[in-house]
This record gives sequence, structure tokens and C-alpha cells, in this order.
Amino acid sequence: MNIIVCIKQVPDTTEVKINPETGTLIREGVPSIINPFDTYAIEEGLLLKEKFGGKVTVVSMGPPQAMEALKEAVAMGADEAVLLSDRAFAGADTWATAYALSRAIRALGEFDVILCGKQAIDGDTGQVGPGIAGQLGISQLTYVFKIREIDPQAGKVVVERLLEEGREVVEAPLPALLTVVKDINQPRYPTFMGIRRATKMEIPVWAAADLPECDSGMCGLNGSPTQVVKVFAPPAREGKVEFIEADDMNEATGILADRLLAEKVI
Amino acid sequence: MALLEINKEECIGCEACVDACPFGALSMVDGVAEVDEKCTACGACLDVCPVDALSLPERPEAEAEGLAAYQGVWVWVEQFQGETASISWEMVGQGRRLADQRGTTLTACVLGHGVEEIAKQAIAYGADRVFWVDAPSLAVYRTQPYARTLVDLVRQYKPEIFLLGASSRGRDLAGSVATELYTGLTADCTGLDIDPETKLLRQTRPAFGGNIMATIISPNYRPQMATVRHRVFELPDMDESRQGQIVAVDAVMTEDEVATKVLDFVMEQGQVNLADAKIIVSGGRGVGGPEGFGPVRELAEVLGGAVGASRAAVDAGWIPYAHQVGQTGRTVRPDLYIACGISGAVQHLAGMGTAKVIVAINKDPDAPIFSVANYGIVGDLFQIVPALTAQFRKRLGK
Repeated sequence: MNIIVCIKQVPDTTEVKINPETGTLIREGVPSIINPFDTYAIEEGLLLKEKFGGKVTVVSMGPPQAMEALKEAVAMGADEAVLLSDRAFAGADTWATAYALSRAIRALGEFDVILCGKQAIDGDTGQVGPGIAGQLGISQLTYVFKIREIDPQAGKVVVERLLEEGREVVEAPLPALLTVVKDINQPRYPTFMGIRRATKMEIPVWAAADLPECDSGMCGLNGSPTQVVKVFAPPAREGKVEFIEADDMNEATGILADRLLAEKVI
Repeated sequence: MALLEINKEECIGCEACVDACPFGALSMVDGVAEVDEKCTACGACLDVCPVDALSLPERPEAEAEGLAAYQGVWVWVEQFQGETASISWEMVGQGRRLADQRGTTLTACVLGHGVEEIAKQAIAYGADRVFWVDAPSLAVYRTQPYARTLVDLVRQYKPEIFLLGASSRGRDLAGSVATELYTGLTADCTGLDIDPETKLLRQTRPAFGGNIMATIISPNYRPQMATVRHRVFELPDMDESRQGQIVAVDAVMTEDEVATKVLDFVMEQGQVNLADAKIIVSGGRGVGGPEGFGPVRELAEVLGGAVGASRAAVDAGWIPYAHQVGQTGRTVRPDLYIACGISGAVQHLAGMGTAKVIVAINKDPDAPIFSVANYGIVGDLFQIVPALTAQFRKRLGK
């Protein structure tokens, strides 16, 4: 089975600290990690390979240091990796990102399944997965919680999707693109052997010109329909916490209940 | 690879851009600004530079003629088993406001099977026109037939603005439609308005887990598409006397042509629809185990709310992932959020920080959750939560 996993390198926002004096975020020295949702996609790819054989290829688009994320995926067990890195790709929105990734996936040849995380924790859009599926004209199955069955011979997959009201069981033909949620598995750690392999591996870097049928006018800033016009700090929450103190719990909770009823939120 | 260009001759080393950069991509090297790979070309630094030393590459100009053909505001009305998602009506309300500002009409797209009643409701909530597409192949939401139908309608009627709810289905559908149409899509907006000068849709959304806000436009592509978060815009009043036009449209695909099949739907036990919930009572590490959610559930039940959880509680296996609130779970915006035994990690605050009223119950008075809370009680949640439940039982007569 040929499995492709798309990953993104993101800043580890759990490491972002708030400067207590100015109230602004301290972004210096924040480490980069594989987008947490993408680690579940990598793990699912590795599980499929263990079951059916074949190979897992990881693809990422980003600046040269995104190579670290690909090396980590290889250390976890991915067979091959490709980095899309070029000035022509810079400033891409979700449309242009999906375009470039889909052209790279085409260049990789035949595949059975593409796995992505449900969204990246920096952009939070969840649009690149559907974008790739749309570009390639294959079925998309978003928010996948479980792969119930997958049969590369018969060319079909049955998954459970996590939706607001519950879990939907859907069947789709292969090849298909799946975006996965956190509950799907428990990602493994890189192994010692994997790290050694990753260290030695020469991961190819592709530019827009290396991709067949890739119009550089549809990549990066030029190919992006959306433009950011303003970036600003979110408005701070007004007021300070009011601690409710009383002689005993009954009195304190009584006061709180009255306050909340007065706020008309119940 | 960064696109930002710095004119080193002009730069006076004032560091204004370093402070303005939301991504920490700018720094001072030998007294002049230097940009690194973290630059996303967002442009936040351009305005603050007093000597105009920073620039981004020019983008191609719009073809004004082609764009003028696109008119009107559209909204997709989401339904599940004949029940309309409340976010759909919130967007009909907001769509109405935008259409009025723009001096144009509001169209609702109602897709499903046996959904004529919903089409009528869309008029009552504020639509001038409804595209009513009723077919067995649309009974259950699936990306392909829904996207194909909307893409065809957009190509034929050319709306200027198209809004969808940022629900699981809305995000699934919007991504597919925008890809096919090659147009701009902004996810999870919390603010939408029309620029008085350019008449463009200004779409504001949080990014970086709510650590920064960005305003986004799509000047050269139509329609301007956005998905909108739950409970950001008011639910409009229904007016049964409103008049509008219902246009029946044929489905684009028959059942045989649709590649995917929905085999089953497993409803979650208990109410986990966090995105829609007006009241959420959440438990964290402090509840100590699966049984610890007992008092949390009871309080939620008395208040008619949903049960949420922090990542710590979900990762410990005490409660299913569907309950998780935060950056790697769901983003919620209830009227009331009661956090029980939740310390308030950045990733949790990103998911609930915009709740109208936040109550924190925690034994550590220095827990970060209190920094976003309106009300706090310091103490043992196993005493406080049941006592609070009893107080509400008394007051609400339950």
C-alpha cells in the first residue's frame, strides 16, 4: 500500500509564555514541532504499512528548517520524505498550499491513501486537506476517528468520522484523503535506529520548477486568493476575577448561583 | 525564503517592527532589522516602520470588470436529519446585515431531502431567495454531491459573498467548494464586515490558538468565502410574514453517481454538542479519575448544559475525546463556562477564552484559569460542585 502523509512544522504554542509585565506573548526561543494532529496521521500511516506492507512517504512544504520535522517522521518509521521549499511557495494561503502539495503528490506516483491531521494548531483552518483532495479529484474523509476497514485490493475504505452529533460511518473508494483527529491512535516515539536512519538520509528538496504541471503563478503569495491586511492582539478580557469567599461552602455557592442568575447566562 | 524586503540603507534600527511582528521573525543585527524564515508575509510590520524601509512584493491587480458580475450574499443552511443547525440561522442573520450594508439580496442554499419547511424558515429568518435542492442523494450530507451542487449554483448565479458555518460539515464543504472555484476562503471567522471604501468583505479570525487576530480579504477572487464560528452572531428573530422567493433546483448527481456511502450514524450518549452549547461544565486533572466527572455531570444536567473536559482529563482516559475543549479539541463560546479542577493551560484557554461568563473552581488560587475567570471559588471541587448543584436545584425548582 502506498501511503502519503502531509505534515506541517509549527511553533509549539504550549511553550509560548506570557510576559507578566507587558501582557504580550514571548515568542522567542519557542521550539518548532510537528503539528500534533499530523503525528496521528504519521502513526496511522505506519500502522497501515505494518498491516499491508508498502511504504509511507511524508511530504511537507515550508522553509528549509521544516526538514527537521520530516527527519522526525522518518525517525518514527516513515520510509521516504520530500520537502517543498522554494521562494515561489512563500506566503501561500491554504489554496496555494494545497495546490503545491497536490502537484508534489502527483509527482510521487501512484498512491492508495493520503493522511493529514485535521488542522494545524497555528493556522487552525483545516482547509488544506480538503484542498488537496479537491485538487486531485479524490474522495475526502475529514475528522476520521477510526479506520474500520481498508481494502487496497477491492479499493475501498470504511471510516468513522467524529461529527458534532456523534460518529458517522462512511465508505469511500480508494484512493482517498483522510484527515484524522486525535483519538485515532497513540503516536509512537522515534526509535534509536530510526534516528540513525533519519540522520543519514538525504531528503530531496523540490522547488516549484521541479514539479510537473505546476504553474508557479498559482503557488505562494501570487497564487493565494486571500491576503492578510491586519494582524493584531486579541482584545483582553475585561475586568478581574472576583473571588467569592464566605464562611462555608453553602453560603459561597449560594452567592455564586445568585450572581450567575443575575448575569442572565442561565 | 522570507518575502519581506528590508532596505538596510533606510532602516534606522528603531526596533518598532521587531515588537510588531506576531511571529517573532524580525530581530536587530548590527543595528538594522533582519528577517528570518518565521516570516509569513502578513505585513504587520509595514505600517509601524517610520521610514518605510520594509516592503512585500506587489501582487497582481484585480480585473475589476469580471468581479463586478458577482453580486449578492449567500448562506449555506446546514441540516442534519431534518434539524437545522442553529449556526445556519445565525449566519442568515449576519448575511442579512451584510446584504443590507452592501445594498444587495440574501440567498439561502437549502440542500437535503424533504426540506421544504427549512426553505420556508430561511425566508422567515431573513433570506430574500432560497435555492431549494431536494433529492434522495442529498438526504445525508456528503462532500461530493453537496459541493458539486453549490459549485454549479455559484458558477451560474455568481454571488459576491458566500458564508458557511464553521461546523465539521461546513468546514468540510467550504474547503471543497473553494478549491474547485479557485477562490479565497477564510476559516473560523469571528468578525465580518464590509469595508466602507473598497466594499470588500473584511474577515477577522483568531490564529495561533487565539494568541493573535488577523483580518483577511480576498480582493481579486469571487465569491469571497468564509466559514463562521458558532455563537458569534446573534440568532435573528423569525418573521413568518416575510416574503421571499423559493427556487427549486435539480440535484446535480444521482445516488448512483455518488462515490461515498453513509453506512451508519452512531449518536453519542449524552449531549456532547459543545459547539452549540450555551452552558458548559468542564472537568480537568483535578477531578482525579473517571468517577470524578460524576459531580461535573450532575451540575451540567441541572443547568441543561454540556460536559466538557481539559486535555489532561482526556489524555488520562477519564472521558472521551469528543468532550475535549481547547486547541487540540473543540473551540467553544458558551454564555457560561464552569471550569472545575482545570488549571488553565494556554491550549485550554485558547478553546474557551471567549465565553461570556467564566467561573473557575480550583484549589490553587494561583492557577492561570483565574486570570480569565469572572468568578472564582478557591477550594475542593468535590465539596463546591455538589453544593453549587444543590443551590441551582433550589433556585431553578429542579
